[in-house]
Amino acid sequence: MTGEVLAFYVLGAITLAAGAVVVTSHNIVHSAVALVPAFLGVTGLYVLLNAEFVAGVQVLIYAGAITVLILFVIMLTEGGTGLRLPQRNEQGPIGAAVAVVIAGLLTAGVTHTAWVAGPGALPAYTPAAIGQSFLGPNLLAFEVSSIVLLVSLVGAIIIARKEE
Amino acid sequence: MPWYLELLRAIGGTILIFSGVAVIAAMFGVLLERKISAWIQSRLGPKHVGPQGLLQTVADTLKLLQKENIVPRNADGLIFASAVLVVPLAALLDYVVIPFGTTRWGPLIFRDLNIGILFFAATSSVVVVGILMAGWGSNNKYALLGGLRSAAQMVSYEIPMGLALVTVAMLAGSLSTVTIVRAQAHWWQLYIVQQPLAFIIFLIAATAEVNRVPFDLVEAESELVAGYFSEYTGMRFALFQLGEYGEMFAMAAMAVTLFLGGWQGPLLPPVLWFVIKLYALVFVFMWVRWTYPRFRIDQLLNFSWKVLIPVGLLNLVATAFVILLVHR
Repeated sequence: MTGEVLAFYVLGAITLAAGAVVVTSHNIVHSAVALVPAFLGVTGLYVLLNAEFVAGVQVLIYAGAITVLILFVIMLTEGGTGLRLPQRNEQGPIGAAVAVVIAGLLTAGVTHTAWVAGPGALPAYTPAAIGQSFLGPNLLAFEVSSIVLLVSLVGAIIIARKEE
Repeated sequence: MPWYLELLRAIGGTILIFSGVAVIAAMFGVLLERKISAWIQSRLGPKHVGPQGLLQTVADTLKLLQKENIVPRNADGLIFASAVLVVPLAALLDYVVIPFGTTRWGPLIFRDLNIGILFFAATSSVVVVGILMAGWGSNNKYALLGGLRSAAQMVSYEIPMGLALVTVAMLAGSLSTVTIVRAQAHWWQLYIVQQPLAFIIFLIAATAEVNRVPFDLVEAESELVAGYFSEYTGMRFALFQLGEYGEMFAMAAMAVTLFLGGWQGPLLPPVLWFVIKLYALVFVFMWVRWTYPRFRIDQLLNFSWKVLIPVGLLNLVATAFVILLVHR
């Protein structure tokens, strides 16, 4: 067994275990904190795929910012504890069934697809290539997503601010 | 190199960084802080343990190691205990990409990652998670308030810091810290000369990121006891101090790398130059801490969102324009 394969299984186990805690925990703060190892496990998988830039952004945005945002929102509600929010309802079994079906479909899809590797080799320095791609062939998608973000930013400010 | 050797090397590196940071940054940093604060306030500071009080922090560390470890009755045990690991660990990870000097065999750095600056920004942003966990897990209103303030503050100041980092990365054309240092071979190439605005933004944001005066609302003694680590005792308290001073030294080291030319300088050996510049910046951090009063929380957030971010954005656009003019 090579180191890469071993690292893949270890990272996969960490991600899955943390993900299981996120969905099953009775305490919403525990769920939010368990997101951090889940995100970091995914970061490790990105590193294994030679996608260093994506890995860095994953830590910065998901582990560093999104988790903090979620924790912040939880602590601002329900007297700062978040403990009285119910974590489950009667739809649990249905949700679990849907999750199992989707997992089965995804597994079947992934294992039955003949994956073709894209043409060409990976560039040695991915950030520059990603930047070129954003400002070149994918400019439209890049601009559209930035406009969507801007609109949601302005919208959030308008909703949060009281009329004076 | 086989993977288990690689793993062993990583573990060795971790132990090296941990002990180095614990001794040089945390223990010596605390002593320096006390001596400098005493000097600024016309006192003598620690004087009795060892020559000129040099061993005071060693004695304090030994004392903290022996103290009882108290967990409040209603605290969330798991989160309370694991928060202690997150803060110092995130601070220690910063040191992976800092080039301490150069030797005949290449630059003295743990890993010259090609996403160096991004890695630094990412690892230092994880500290907030640990602070929030400590604040919430303690089940104490002062700790929780400290944690929430820290989240608001650190998320706000990460943006101007990121803008300053991007400006430097654009000039150097790389995210690797070693390449950035090499790009500053002469004094007019130093990014503090070319980008004084980015340097000031970085220093201010760094002070806020490490929760020091004038941005120390997170642990404002007069309002919040000690903020997020009010309930921690003994070695756990010491680990938070280690994380805090480790983060401060990492910010200073990153400022040296990005703006002051890292290890480069005339005559003296490279590592010595790095240490001189590092301690000069650490002194600036301490000088500011013992000179200025604390901001209010609204002033603090206004300053980031209404001053630093617009100035940082303008600086970024102007730099991009100049680069376009010069390189085309």
